[in-house]
Parts: sequence; C-alpha cells; structure tokens
Amino acid sequence: MGYIHINQGKVTGEIAAELTRICPFDAFEYTKGILSINAACKMCRLCVKKGPFGVCEFREEPVQKIDKTKYRGIAVYIENNKGVAHPVAWELVGKARELSKKTGEPVYALLIGDKLQTLAEAAIAYGADKVFVYEDEAFGNFNVEIHTNVVEAFNKRHHPNIILFGGTAQGRSFAPRVAARLKTGLTADCTALDIRPDGDLLQIRPAFGGNIMAKIHTPNHRPQLATIRYKIFSAPELTEGAGQIIREDTANIETTTNLNLVAVRDKPKTLDISDSEVIVAVGRAFKKQKDLELIRPLVERLHAEVACTRPLVENGWFDPRRQIGLSGRTVKPKLIITLGISGAIQFVEGMKDSDLIISVNQDPACKLFQISHYAIVGDIYEVLPELNRLLDQIL
Amino acid sequence: MKIITCIKQVPASTSVDIDPETGVLIRDGNNVKLNPYDLYALEASFQIRDLSVSGKVEAVSMGPSSATRALEEAIAMGADEATLVSDRHFAGADVLATAYTLSQLILHLGKYDIVVCGKQTTDGDTAQVGPEIAEFLAIPHVPYVSEIIAIGTDSLKVMSSFDDHDEIVEVAFPCLITIDKGHLVPRLPSYKRKLAYGNHPIKIVTLRDLADSEVSHYGLNGSPTQVEAIFPPEKRTDSILIRGKAKEVAEALKKILQTNKYI
Repeated sequence: MGYIHINQGKVTGEIAAELTRICPFDAFEYTKGILSINAACKMCRLCVKKGPFGVCEFREEPVQKIDKTKYRGIAVYIENNKGVAHPVAWELVGKARELSKKTGEPVYALLIGDKLQTLAEAAIAYGADKVFVYEDEAFGNFNVEIHTNVVEAFNKRHHPNIILFGGTAQGRSFAPRVAARLKTGLTADCTALDIRPDGDLLQIRPAFGGNIMAKIHTPNHRPQLATIRYKIFSAPELTEGAGQIIREDTANIETTTNLNLVAVRDKPKTLDISDSEVIVAVGRAFKKQKDLELIRPLVERLHAEVACTRPLVENGWFDPRRQIGLSGRTVKPKLIITLGISGAIQFVEGMKDSDLIISVNQDPACKLFQISHYAIVGDIYEVLPELNRLLDQIL
Repeated sequence: MKIITCIKQVPASTSVDIDPETGVLIRDGNNVKLNPYDLYALEASFQIRDLSVSGKVEAVSMGPSSATRALEEAIAMGADEATLVSDRHFAGADVLATAYTLSQLILHLGKYDIVVCGKQTTDGDTAQVGPEIAEFLAIPHVPYVSEIIAIGTDSLKVMSSFDDHDEIVEVAFPCLITIDKGHLVPRLPSYKRKLAYGNHPIKIVTLRDLADSEVSHYGLNGSPTQVEAIFPPEKRTDSILIRGKAKEVAEALKKILQTNKYI
C-alpha cells in the first residue's frame, strides 16, 4: 500500500505540463504553483516511472500482512438450476485443476441448492477433490441474499484461497455481493488466470476502458474472487473421479429475505451464437439497418449465424444475445468473418480464439487486424457487392 | 420517496493504447461523457419518482471535481439534487473501495428508499459496483431491471431480465436496483432545466464528511485488488494483409473461403 508523493520543490510549470501529458487519466491539477493529484488517479504510476526524475515518488506504507498459508483450496461455485449445472462451472473446475497443479491445493466444488446428489457426482467426475454440498429446500431457487449467507458460512469453515464464479447474469450479480460480504477483491470477466507458488491468483482482463490488458492480483486479502465468462476456458475431460462428497450443516444459515420471486417467465429460445461454427459479424461501418441486406448472400452461402458489436445492440438493430464480446457472448467458431468492425478490446477478447478469422475493414491500422488471419483492407460498401457478384457466379 | 441514482463519468472514446516502446498509456483526448447505461438508470429513477407521492431524485457520483459535469447533465435531465463525493484519498480505488465510498456517501445523505444504478459502466464493464453497494448498505438488490411494474408503499415490483428468462420480483424498501435498458427511453436534457443550474448547486462531499473517515479504507489503500502490470493485447504474427481494389480483395476473400472449403 502507499501513495504518490509529489516533491513540490522540483515542480515547475514545464514539469507540471509534462506530467499532465503523461497521465492518461487527467489526474494532475496545477494551480498557484502547486501540483496535486485528484481522484481520477488510477495509481498506474506512469508519472513515477515515466515522469521527470524525482518529482513523483511512490511511497510504500507498511501494512499488516496476512498469513497466506492459512488459506487453501481453489473453490468453484457450481451455478445450477433445477438440477442442471451451467456448463461454465465445469470449465472452471477444469481451470482450477490446472492451477492446483502449481500449488498443490485441493479443488473444491461449492454446490448450493436442493436435490443435489447427481450434480455432486458430476462435480467429482469433472475432477473436484471435495464437493461441499449445501442442500436445503430454502436454497431451491437462487436468492442472492440467502446464497451469500451460504458462501459466507462456507468461507468461515473452510478458508478457501480462491473462489471462482461463472460470469453469467446470475454470477455477475452474486459474486460482487459475496466480495463485499467477505471484504475482499473481485476481478470481473478474467480472460486468463495463473497462480504463483504462494497462492496469489493472477487475473488477466482488459482494463482502463481501452486497448490494454492488465494483470491484477490480490496481494493481501483472501479469498481471491474472480468471474470468468462462459467459453473462455474449455470443459475438462471426465475422469474416474476419486473426490469426496461432504454434506454441510445448513441449520444455522439465515434464510429470511427481502426478495420475493413472484414469477419466472421463460424467454423464447433463440440460437446461442456461442455454439455456432460459422459466424458473420457486423459492426459500426454499416450506416443503416437496411444495409445489412448486403451480407445476406454470404450468410446464406456459409450457413452462418449473424453476430454484431455492442453499438449495434445499443441502437436496437440486434437482440443482445447476438452480441460478441465481454459484455456479450464469447465465441470460438471454426470461421468468423468480421465486416466493418474495428475491434474494441472487449469485442476482441470475445472472439480471438476462433480457428479462422477474416476481417474486412477500411482502416489498415484497426485493432482487429492484429489478431486476424486474413486482414482485408476495403470498404464494405464496395467489397460486399463485388463479393456478392462472385458468389452469384459459383453454383 | 427518496431515490438515489449513482452515475459515473466515463471516457468518451475507448481508444486508449499502450505505446509498446515506452509503456506509456496514450488516450485519444481526454473527452468524457456520462456512462450510457446511467441514462437508463436516471430515466427509471424519474419514472419511479413520477409514479410516487412527493418523490425526489438525487444523482450522486464519485470522481474528480470535473465529474460535476455529469451531475449537471443529470439535473438537466430531471434530477432534483446532485452530490459529488471527491477526495484525493479516493485515488486508485478498485471496485470494493468504490462501492464502499458510494455506500458511505449514501448513508451520509440520510434516509432513502431506493438506490438506482446503471447495469454497468462502459469503461470498467464490471457490473459489480451496484451489488457491492447494496451489500455494504445491507439492503437487497435486484439486477438487470428492465421494467418498473408497480410501486407500493413499502416495496417495489420489477421485472429482472436474464439471458433466457425474466423474473418478476417484489423487493422491500430500502433496496437497490440496477437498470438494463429494456424499453426505457432516456429523456433529453432540457434547456430550461440547464438554465436553472443556479438553483441546484452541486454539493461536494469529501472524506472528512463521511461517517467512516479512516483514510486506509479508501482509494488504493482500501482496495484489495491491485494492477500489477499493464500490457498490450496479443498480436498475431502470421496475419496476412490484403490490399487492392474492391474487386481484387473480394476475389481474394472468395479464394480464401474456397481454399478452406467453405464455398
């Protein structure tokens, strides 16, 4: 822990201007010869590393260190609904197995619900060393208040080092509640995870709202929490699991709630682009909704599903379920053709593992080209009509 | 009824890059705007107010003093009051420290019935701050609210929208809801209301004003997570760049699809 100290004696108007230029967050204020840092500061410390020597200085403050050896186990919350687990849970068990090889920790599955025997056995088959089962009629429907009480009880009793949650709609509402209850850190939508021998989880995700990745850690708090989107990791192979099912006492867990679930209405099923093998994705280069007609011959020829970027959902052209990206779906198709997409990082992180990426964009410097197998420079309004003509000629 | 709406100023552009040689972040201008999801949060707040008896909407934000602009916009749209919580000790706050700071601000503002947040911001994209505020305030929260169905004297009935289903939930006051856009259409800022800024001075609250003013609970020191390193995203080294006339590149695209047996 610490803070950035400014040596005012060395500050001149010129130096203040230079620091203002270096700071990507506009956090310097220079008034009446005094340079100060405001709340916009993200502690990236570029002013310390890249600024004029000796002006900004990071001063460490001593903090009481926790004993990390007291926290062991990589736990995965197994999201489930009426006896069916969300597949992201098994992907996370697989990842937990991989991480556990580096630290020798056990892998825990945390199961909360009603009638969980089959799921508990599945968790063992996917490789959990211990399955902690909190089974109670009161846990049958997901309730964020009650389920948070359960995780609190689990944490108090077993002191896990890490708890992973699927970055589903439910997980993204539940994990932060748990983090605040346990007063610990939570990193949303990690795109990669690694672990240090001392158990520090390295959480990789896009950061600062830009084309930047950050490696985030939780140096002095336990448990370490992270959410990971569906399809970021692969599901593990089933094993002859030798794990153990442990039924936990639920008698003392508070089940009063201020939330009353009145009704559940299923939405009409639509295709999930996460499972599509061929995708044609469109972006902001399409000026009018009507212009999407241009992609129809290609889509029909490839039997592709159509997906889009966030702005096209925001302007109402597409159902959110067709959005690729960290705030939409993660996809890994065999082929993806992107048309008129420049490649904001939150989009790229949602599709970069596709087998074959072909991108058409007017701007040769666009971000998406950097991860494309084929980067085609061109205006979609010129290239697509030509392509449609060519497709027409093929029988 | 008192409604508190949490809003945030975010960068107007997402084109932040790392210079691969110097490691310096390059932001394409320092333009800012109100987080787009917060427009829906404000609209939902106004609708709740307008359906309730003597409701008031207070917009709140945490950020540098320049974030008052976002609050002015909220007033121009229809907020009755606005408060900024700002202090240099908040620098480097992660989700936990941010949510804690906002919860302290909300407690400082007195009795309230509903806290309204946008579903997420477009800069952090975490969607975590809302639920964490609710936990710090020890109140229930309902995420992804797409419709306000009914407002009772001591509870709210809302539609909460998930991927494959909707939930109709009744939640007792005080509570927190996060707003998904649903069918909400944010109202436009009004010029008349803009002129009335003078009557709506934006209050500034600092660390000293909060019930918990212990410095170590805020900013970097109150943040369990730390950014250890930043780096540019991976690049593909075998990427093939194709340039030419529209006809030529279309031909090339057709060939690639044929070679890979897609057509």
